[in-house]
Amino acid sequence: MSSATFLGMPPFPKAAGKAVGDARLRHNLRRATHTIRDKRAAAVGELGEDWLRLRAEGAAIKEHTLRHLDRYLEQLEDSVRRAGGRVHWAADAAEANEIVTDLVRATGETDVVKVKSMATQEIELNGALAEAGITAYETDLAELIVQLGQDLPSHILVPAVHLGRAQIREIFLEQMAEWGVPAPSGLTDDPRALAEAARVHLRERFLRTRTAISGANFAVADTGTLVVLESEGNGRMCLTLPQTLISVVGIEKVVPTWTDLEVFLQLLPRSSTGERMNPYTSTWTGVTPGDGPQEFHLVLLDNGRTDVLADTVGRQALRCIRCSACLNVCPVYERTGGHAYGSVYPGPIGAILTPQLRGMASAVEEALPYASSLCGACYEVCPVAIDIPEVLVHLRERVADSPGHPGEKALMAGAEAVLSSPRALDAVQRAAGLGRGAVPRRLPGPAGAWTDTRDLPEIPAKSFRQWWDESGRGRS
Amino acid sequence: MSSRERILARVRRALVDVPADEPWTRVPAETVANGPGTGPALEVLEDRLRDYRALVRRAPASRLAAEVAAALERRGASRVVVPADIPSRWLDDTRARTLRDSRERPVSLEDLDGVDGVVTGCAVAVAETGTLVLDGGPGQGRRALTLVPDYHLCVVRADQVVDGVPQAVRLLDPSRPLTWISGPSATSDIELNRVEGVHGPRTLEVLLVEAGV
Amino acid sequence: MRIALFITCVNDTLFPDTGRAVVRLLERLGHEVVFPAEQTCCGQMHHNTGYRRSAGRLAVRFVRTFEGADAVVVPSASCAAMIRDGYPRLGAGGSRLSRKAARLAPRVYDLTELLMDVLGVTDVGAYYPHKVAYHPTCHGLRVLGLGDRPHRLLRAVRGLELVEMTGATECGGFGGTFALKNGDVSSAMGADKARHAVDSGAEVLCAVDNSCLMHIGGVLSRQRSGMRVAHLAEILACTEKEGLTR
Repeated sequence: MSSATFLGMPPFPKAAGKAVGDARLRHNLRRATHTIRDKRAAAVGELGEDWLRLRAEGAAIKEHTLRHLDRYLEQLEDSVRRAGGRVHWAADAAEANEIVTDLVRATGETDVVKVKSMATQEIELNGALAEAGITAYETDLAELIVQLGQDLPSHILVPAVHLGRAQIREIFLEQMAEWGVPAPSGLTDDPRALAEAARVHLRERFLRTRTAISGANFAVADTGTLVVLESEGNGRMCLTLPQTLISVVGIEKVVPTWTDLEVFLQLLPRSSTGERMNPYTSTWTGVTPGDGPQEFHLVLLDNGRTDVLADTVGRQALRCIRCSACLNVCPVYERTGGHAYGSVYPGPIGAILTPQLRGMASAVEEALPYASSLCGACYEVCPVAIDIPEVLVHLRERVADSPGHPGEKALMAGAEAVLSSPRALDAVQRAAGLGRGAVPRRLPGPAGAWTDTRDLPEIPAKSFRQWWDESGRGRS
Repeated sequence: MSSRERILARVRRALVDVPADEPWTRVPAETVANGPGTGPALEVLEDRLRDYRALVRRAPASRLAAEVAAALERRGASRVVVPADIPSRWLDDTRARTLRDSRERPVSLEDLDGVDGVVTGCAVAVAETGTLVLDGGPGQGRRALTLVPDYHLCVVRADQVVDGVPQAVRLLDPSRPLTWISGPSATSDIELNRVEGVHGPRTLEVLLVEAGV
Repeated sequence: MRIALFITCVNDTLFPDTGRAVVRLLERLGHEVVFPAEQTCCGQMHHNTGYRRSAGRLAVRFVRTFEGADAVVVPSASCAAMIRDGYPRLGAGGSRLSRKAARLAPRVYDLTELLMDVLGVTDVGAYYPHKVAYHPTCHGLRVLGLGDRPHRLLRAVRGLELVEMTGATECGGFGGTFALKNGDVSSAMGADKARHAVDSGAEVLCAVDNSCLMHIGGVLSRQRSGMRVAHLAEILACTEKEGLTR
């Protein structure tokens, strides 16, 4: 039962090209993103002008927290300890995996149940646990589908969004028996039947597994409270029934005070599932005698976040509350799906987060800032007002400033030389006007990316400035 | 150097641009206004609960025991679990057998999985979002109680209903384990369309009690 | 009013008819148009591709060329957005460029803003007897916040029937160098936009940015759809006496 990995995927343009040609994928994505877009628009629209105030408040709280992150992390640690939890610090993925593995080993268990968590996807915890002989069972429906299908997540909120109901049915029928309770033989692709199959498949597992691993949507510094928002009840099962709970949480998830949640509990559900409120939200502070896990560990994860924090423009990416509204509204994501982004963080937020978390380590990271037409739809819907286009352009600067890309640099320098002089521009325009008949319908080299699908505009005989000069209107 | 020290040092290095005298205690937000309510809180709450396919009944306090009994009867629930500190008169009329659960004398998970439902109260209800919040206080029980059984009957007193999320957050005690419930268990994981019924109770029934109990 | 025209490098080189239409339209409305000859390019392509210093130098040229103008009209929403939204952020905070750009920005207008907000006209006396769909380009929609200005101008054109288009506010997929660097996705977005445009039943697809129209028009032309594209200025310049020049 291996877990898949994003390692070795081609850079965005190539992976995207393949995805764009996949008709079934395009159909699944189009249907899902349009459904959720409309729901979000209705849920947000209901609040009218209040939405903009909430959004500004959410952005301000997050920005303030990030600017004083050291103080809030220390406060959070102190609060969690006082409430009976233990706090661990992990500088990178390897350390986090080691901490969690040791904690699970200490319980003597070899099975753990998991609540969907981006942080544990990011550090590829399941693979690390498997190497230690520990099986991690994903319990969120979409994560379960991805795990059973030995697939990769393609969306922050709904990792199996690239699959349609018929594909999900096939995976359940073929794989559930390998992992536990098999799917009923007469399983249909009715979403209700699929949800029921997941319920039956996981029921026993929830009742008997004694260790759980989660992430958290928020960690409150002044009270030490952790917060998980979910829909299915798998989160409640994992957070409530086991004896030991281990939560792996990125350091950017901290918010200063309990009352700050009044903002985020309004922003997040409406932005992510397009609901006034998600079915279940659990909050817990340390341990409660006689109710829920009696042992609680909080693992605070850096893994590149402090590098993001150090970039004064890119820092805003750490405000992200993982709602995935930017994915759902993105015209690029809609056509490529999440796998093309080569990371657990796909879509517009992934395009600015992945290169910052990992650094411009390879062609994959370098390509991501360009995986956008800069249309700005992501910024418009972001509940914490992350100016994603601004960060994309900023990261493009980092790519352009790095060694390599000699062809593009020469072209850009040439273009600047022409555009720095009206005389030179005029000369180029006149030459183009003379050669206008000789432009082929399909261009060679990189320009072929245009002419493969699009005709070129006809080059005019005279530029505007030529016409203006000849019109006798005079120069100014 | 421990990872704790290393991370905190990295954070401080990353924030060299932040002026040393920038206040780190945040001025609390002004109360964020709620969305436009569409009527008095009880009506809004009922509307939002129904929107999430919860079953809703309204009853005067004098009818509460009869309504609890009727709800369990309709559901066909003959064996239910209740928090040991549930007001006993809520159950005066029901003929269902009740298992009493407390932190000190918990019902086993197997038994919870075997009962026909659970009856509890709540701490706060939020009209605008159709949310019930349980905090483990009187009549609400351990978190597992309202999770494992497939049917949850929740009694909400009118005086527990607030307009919006901010009011609820301010009333609640974060040191208690809280469960915010908005309708029955659901998922949007198949084609991003919501369907009800996964791991939590697939049926949520709410009794709105109009005067103090 | 004396209005300085910033034609933009793309319009200057590839779409001179749009510039001529702006001149014709504003002169018809009784205004004087000047063309500062030192102008070249706003630097958007360099900026959006990551060449910030090049963009900064082009921005300095633009500011120097136009800082004396009472009003600058830019018949390209993305260039107007670059100048208004991008320039103040280009230089380091408090730099000369940022300050000068911030002072100039409020006098830089997209054509629809100039017409409606500055000159106070909605009915420009145009005649254009065609079915038209309007594509609100992303920078006009989200950065400049043009809102329904283009629609109101179009509705006031005699003979013109404005039709709705599915997915109107969705990006058409041009995105500058995105169209080349991610040609497959860009083409897929363009193809969907072209399909919606054709399905709208319009004869002409109109926008306030020729770069976007070049891309969508390129798809429409390759598909032999028979549908034309036209910059808003060209439609507004048409009268019963003078038709479309393109």
